[in-house]
Amino acid sequence: MSETTTGRQVPGYRRDPPGSQPPYLFPDYRSTRLRAPSRPLVLLPHTLTEVTGPLLGEDRLGELDHDLTRQHQGEPHGQRIVVSGRVLDGDGRPVPNALVEVWQANAAGRYAHEVDQHPAPLDPNFSGVGRCLTGADGGYRFVTVRPGAYPWRNHDNAWRPAHIHFSLFGRAFTQRLVTQMYFPGDPLFPLDPIFNSVPDEAARQRMIARFDPDATVPEWALGYRFDIVLRGRDATPLDEEDDR
Amino acid sequence: MTLPPTPSQTIGPFFALPDPAAMTWPDGPYVVAEGTPGAFRLEGRVLDGAGEPVPDGLVESWQADPDGRFAHPDDPRGAVARPGFRGFGRCATDAGGRFWLLTVKPGPVPAPDGRSQAPHIALSIFARGLNQRLVTRVYFADEPAANAADPLLASLPEAARATLLAAPTGGGYRFDVHLQGDHETAFFDV
Repeated sequence: MSETTTGRQVPGYRRDPPGSQPPYLFPDYRSTRLRAPSRPLVLLPHTLTEVTGPLLGEDRLGELDHDLTRQHQGEPHGQRIVVSGRVLDGDGRPVPNALVEVWQANAAGRYAHEVDQHPAPLDPNFSGVGRCLTGADGGYRFVTVRPGAYPWRNHDNAWRPAHIHFSLFGRAFTQRLVTQMYFPGDPLFPLDPIFNSVPDEAARQRMIARFDPDATVPEWALGYRFDIVLRGRDATPLDEEDDR
Repeated sequence: MTLPPTPSQTIGPFFALPDPAAMTWPDGPYVVAEGTPGAFRLEGRVLDGAGEPVPDGLVESWQADPDGRFAHPDDPRGAVARPGFRGFGRCATDAGGRFWLLTVKPGPVPAPDGRSQAPHIALSIFARGLNQRLVTRVYFADEPAANAADPLLASLPEAARATLLAAPTGGGYRFDVHLQGDHETAFFDV
């Protein structure tokens, strides 16, 4: 039967190494306490449902979605920056034509969201929302302003380090990733339970962009480089995965 | 060359920036276009460990078409694109933790062992307080024969299996997601 053959031909994706992903329950991050599942996850062998995924293309993009500084009449306040990098899989292969979505606070640390009511100014020229597709080399590029740190009520005098939220689809359901990009040298890192929910120090460093002189545009904007790695393909066919 | 993965972080409370819409698209919940034959609403709530609604969650879905095919080049039977069928949906939860998707029932999808998987929809749940997404599957309570033959469902204890069955309502299905507690939904390590 053709379906039989079909199921066996599609390799799954490698699972993440221990320590590289944050646990669901991380009590220092208070919101995890009532939202983390209490039972262990059930291992799901990858089937066609998981090795495929939405391939969302150009029809999702507006002309200025990649430039968060040009979405309104005037320019937003703050330091203009260029954030660029490549989306790769765990084997170092580019992930082309994949949707990248970003959102962030403005330069004063305020989100244009009704839930954020802390006393920092909104910027009528900044929405904080961007989208782009990766190129053939997995590359992406956004123009934006550097977001400010902002207070939250997780613990006494809690402040989030400046960050930009990233959402990536890759090309398979297993590759879906939502993460946050941080800026180098932020003094708030040791105090932030969200950043520190990732157990492995080297893994935490992978969420920090680096200053990129090559992406810096003279007289105009600082450049930051943030490469993102999604999962790589498993070498073993699906049916052998069950035997591990 | 093997590269270690970029870690996941919570989606946080502010992904639904309104203008332009960030992670919530105006057409987000439409896995199929309105008026598609067989279309129904899959509705539910996301609840926390205290039974309180999660008002700042994002639910995403991925599924095969009614023939069990994926519009994707890695479907070895060939990518099949159905007009008006996206296969993907997303919906932010409202103040009551409610979400909905307009979709059609997927066909059976081959399993790795050559058997057939019962019709199912893969769901990702993102929210403040979830350091990684949670993944679960929606199966359909009115497919008892297919469900009984499904290799994944068969591997689960009865109580866990029951959390994955969407209940038929008048013209649609209901599927609640319990993040934690006595009614906790079965979640998967993908």
